[in-house]
Amino acid sequence: MWQLFTQNWQDFLTGFWHTILSSIIALVFSFILGSGFAILETNPNKFWRGVAKVYVEIFRNIPLLVVTMFFYLVLPKVLPAMNGFTAGTIGLTLYTSAFIAETVRSGLQSVGTGQMEGCLANGLSYWQAMKNVILPQALKITIPPLGNQFINLIKNSSVLAFVAGMDLMYQGDVIASNTFQTIPTYIIVGIFYLILTLPLSYYMQYLEKKLA
Amino acid sequence: MAIIDFKHVDKFYGGFHVLKDINFRVNGGEVVVIVGPSGSGKSTLIRTINGLERINDGSLIVDGKDMTDKSTNFNELRRDVGMVFQHFNLYANKTVLENIMLAPRIVLHRPEEENHKEAMRLLEEVNLVEKANSYPHQLSGGQQQRIAIARSLAMKPKVILFDEPTSALDPEMIQDVLDVMKLVAQEGITMVVVTHEMGFAREVGTRVVFLADGEILEDSDPKSFFDHPQTKRARQFLSKVISH
Repeated sequence: MWQLFTQNWQDFLTGFWHTILSSIIALVFSFILGSGFAILETNPNKFWRGVAKVYVEIFRNIPLLVVTMFFYLVLPKVLPAMNGFTAGTIGLTLYTSAFIAETVRSGLQSVGTGQMEGCLANGLSYWQAMKNVILPQALKITIPPLGNQFINLIKNSSVLAFVAGMDLMYQGDVIASNTFQTIPTYIIVGIFYLILTLPLSYYMQYLEKKLA
Repeated sequence: MAIIDFKHVDKFYGGFHVLKDINFRVNGGEVVVIVGPSGSGKSTLIRTINGLERINDGSLIVDGKDMTDKSTNFNELRRDVGMVFQHFNLYANKTVLENIMLAPRIVLHRPEEENHKEAMRLLEEVNLVEKANSYPHQLSGGQQQRIAIARSLAMKPKVILFDEPTSALDPEMIQDVLDVMKLVAQEGITMVVVTHEMGFAREVGTRVVFLADGEILEDSDPKSFFDHPQTKRARQFLSKVISH
């Protein structure tokens, strides 16, 4: 197995790098999108609530692979084609953002209505209240479940393999089919995923204890 | 001119008629105390004054602004009409000092130094300077309510609404809060107070409004109300609240 790694380390590291890159991009944008839709889901305005609801239900209830294929194979029929890495990362972002929206929404709703009323009565606008008082409290509550979403996100980035996204899983597939050393290859791939997810998992447990 | 003016105001929660043909006005500097049995619509009434509840019919003018007009800017109105809640509603993620300084900073754009000075002066007034850097959950109910009043005062409002400010407090905390409210009254700020503290109504109130089943049954000076209530409903109410 060590030999397999030393002979193919560049490909493994290329995959590792693409997995990290895709995860970070998807994490940042799915967090922004998800928080945005969570705020819309709790908005007093019915129209915006409806828009957010439709978005969340669509991306939460369609398999990640289907969303990704849509961007890789369907969208290029009307728009310029994108590479697998881009399509996969967009799919991953949208899919994860729906789950993050639900997580943040429950956090927002667990902040009592008294906090918003206190803000409004004090002269703050709805958005000032959100930014300064409601969202900070909601995010603190949602840190542990958000951590789980981020771990899922890293694992789900393996969907890139299906669209030649150059990620860890993709490189693993290529190495396995070239060397026929299937089992050691996927053990190495698994170890690389653990290198990413285990520290995150422990950090989340630490945060959970600290905030409890 | 009246700073708060209700004319034939009605409000419904679904099919429930919670406010019935409300007519009353509050002039600048008055301390109007609203009393009445629970469920009579007192909280709803006071919450219509800053637009936390909307009215369904009639007209309501607050500080020259028409509360039924869609173009009325409620945020702007609430700079001049503060509110103190039964459950304080202090910002749980902010220190006491930040609770007081937040709105003047981001709404009024008060310079930081002046804002801090003013906040410290208010903390002195409510006698809680030593709690400046505490968080709300570290304070007793009475202390939280005094901070809430200071937070409201920091906006230099013309009117402060008090929605049962002492109802959630332990008995020994109530007096401290009432004392701060007396100070507010002495500063000449118009106050509308929903309360069960009849002593406060009698001593500090310039007028008492008695509300039952969503209707204003009496509106008079405190002495007349407590000594010679006109309606049977008010007499019944008073006999219950005064007897203990």
